Amino acid sequence: MKNLIILGAGTAGTIMANKLNGILNKNEWLITIIDQSREHYYQPGFLFIPFEIYRKKDVIQPAKKFFPAGIKSVNSPVKLIEADENRILLENDSVLSYDFLIIATGAKIAPEQTEGMKDSLWYKQIFDFYTIDGAVKLAEFFKNWEGGRMVINIAEMPIKCPVAPLEFAFLADWYFTKKRIRDKVEIHFVTPLSGAFTRPIASKAFGNMLEKKNIKLTTDFSIGRVDNDEKKIISWDEQEIPFDVLVSIPTNMGDDVIGRSGLGDELNFVPTDKHTLRSEKHNNIFVLGDATNLPSSKAGSVAHFQSEILTENLVAAIDNRPMEAKFDGHANCYIESGFGKGFLIDFNYDTEPLPGKFPLPYIGPFSLLGETKMNHYGKMLFRWIYWNILLKGYKIPIIDSHMSMAGKKAMELQISNQV
Amino acid sequence: MSLKELQRDADGHLTNNKEWTEEIAKELAAEEGIDLLTERHWKVINLMRKEFLEKGDAPSIRKLTKESGVDTKELYALFPKGPAKKAAKIAGIPKPKGCV
Repeated sequence: MKNLIILGAGTAGTIMANKLNGILNKNEWLITIIDQSREHYYQPGFLFIPFEIYRKKDVIQPAKKFFPAGIKSVNSPVKLIEADENRILLENDSVLSYDFLIIATGAKIAPEQTEGMKDSLWYKQIFDFYTIDGAVKLAEFFKNWEGGRMVINIAEMPIKCPVAPLEFAFLADWYFTKKRIRDKVEIHFVTPLSGAFTRPIASKAFGNMLEKKNIKLTTDFSIGRVDNDEKKIISWDEQEIPFDVLVSIPTNMGDDVIGRSGLGDELNFVPTDKHTLRSEKHNNIFVLGDATNLPSSKAGSVAHFQSEILTENLVAAIDNRPMEAKFDGHANCYIESGFGKGFLIDFNYDTEPLPGKFPLPYIGPFSLLGETKMNHYGKMLFRWIYWNILLKGYKIPIIDSHMSMAGKKAMELQISNQV
Repeated sequence: MSLKELQRDADGHLTNNKEWTEEIAKELAAEEGIDLLTERHWKVINLMRKEFLEKGDAPSIRKLTKESGVDTKELYALFPKGPAKKAAKIAGIPKPKGCV
């Protein structure tokens, strides 16, 4: 019997388990999925918790429910990946050997990377919304908050779901308007980027939206430390921004086990071939989702598109054939803009998010880079799709893993690719 | 060749890094308001170039600090307002791709 191990049972790992279970010969291969959590979180839903749109129970399901029958699941932290020995060391020192390994250990926030972040104000006046705890605590805080200065700050790039901080700002504008205290709340979006978003055309569209919603934007701000006594964030070049509540998107890092095992870069992300999705160092290791160091978005849609490419290439590698499938960096994100509306963006390594219709060219029903009610319905519908189609590894009808230019309005770009 | 004759992209970075010389670097630095390039500046600039020529992308600030021994605070003092971008420009290489 040969062994395929999947490390991590989040979005990427669970999709891979389902896809490969239908493809690998059961008499030949045992698939084992390892994770320390028994719960699966619908992470895109965390954003809605502070604004009382979702509650905790809306975003949690038992992880096992999404594993296919016939695979082995192990509920344990991992002590070490011994890649040169082709084996995994679990917390209790038991050893699991593999023929092929898929790393899907994700990314997590690392607030301790910024001086003063996880100090006396943490979860009192400083919150994150990238963890279930942070999102729930922030919801409790907002319930009784009477207004003041709210600063939304991205510590450094890359972050998971790079549009989420903007969505947070848009939803906050809507939420405090609904609570009739919008005039008492100053919303200040503070980013290390040179614009509202990473890509120029989208950055301009979102920048305009911030202005329209009376959300203050400060760019090129790299946080150096938090002053808990005076309640301000201070940049490396000594700019100061005061806050009454700080919504932080802390530094994102890959899992500690990647660092411990010597498989990561300076942020514990695994160096991965951007087209084949194979580890740059080890021929029998593949990597997908947030765990990679790829210049694609860290998002569920990306993991989903990668899963098809990875499946093809893994099977080719097992059969000793050349790996021919190539990931193009495709990402597809719904962006809540508040008041029941949303945006949708679709892009890849080389192509900007462009205006147009999606997924059917000229028809839609969704509008790319435009703000519509239909896009908001798409986002709300997505939770159902996530639990029932995406995690199971089914193809989402009409949406291809490679980005399509059909129905998009190409624009002349005089600016370089990134902001 | 002086800086005036060289082709630049929309952000003012050289389009051909092979045209870069130390003299060009001094001119680029002056444009950014850095009148004198010290040995600490050169340490960062040289590391940026080396990394770019080997890997095809400029290093992140985190990687820079780890490998140069110049800490973040000093980097911002050397290249105020965005050391990664500024040092890349002076090093004659494209703006760091960063992330998307």
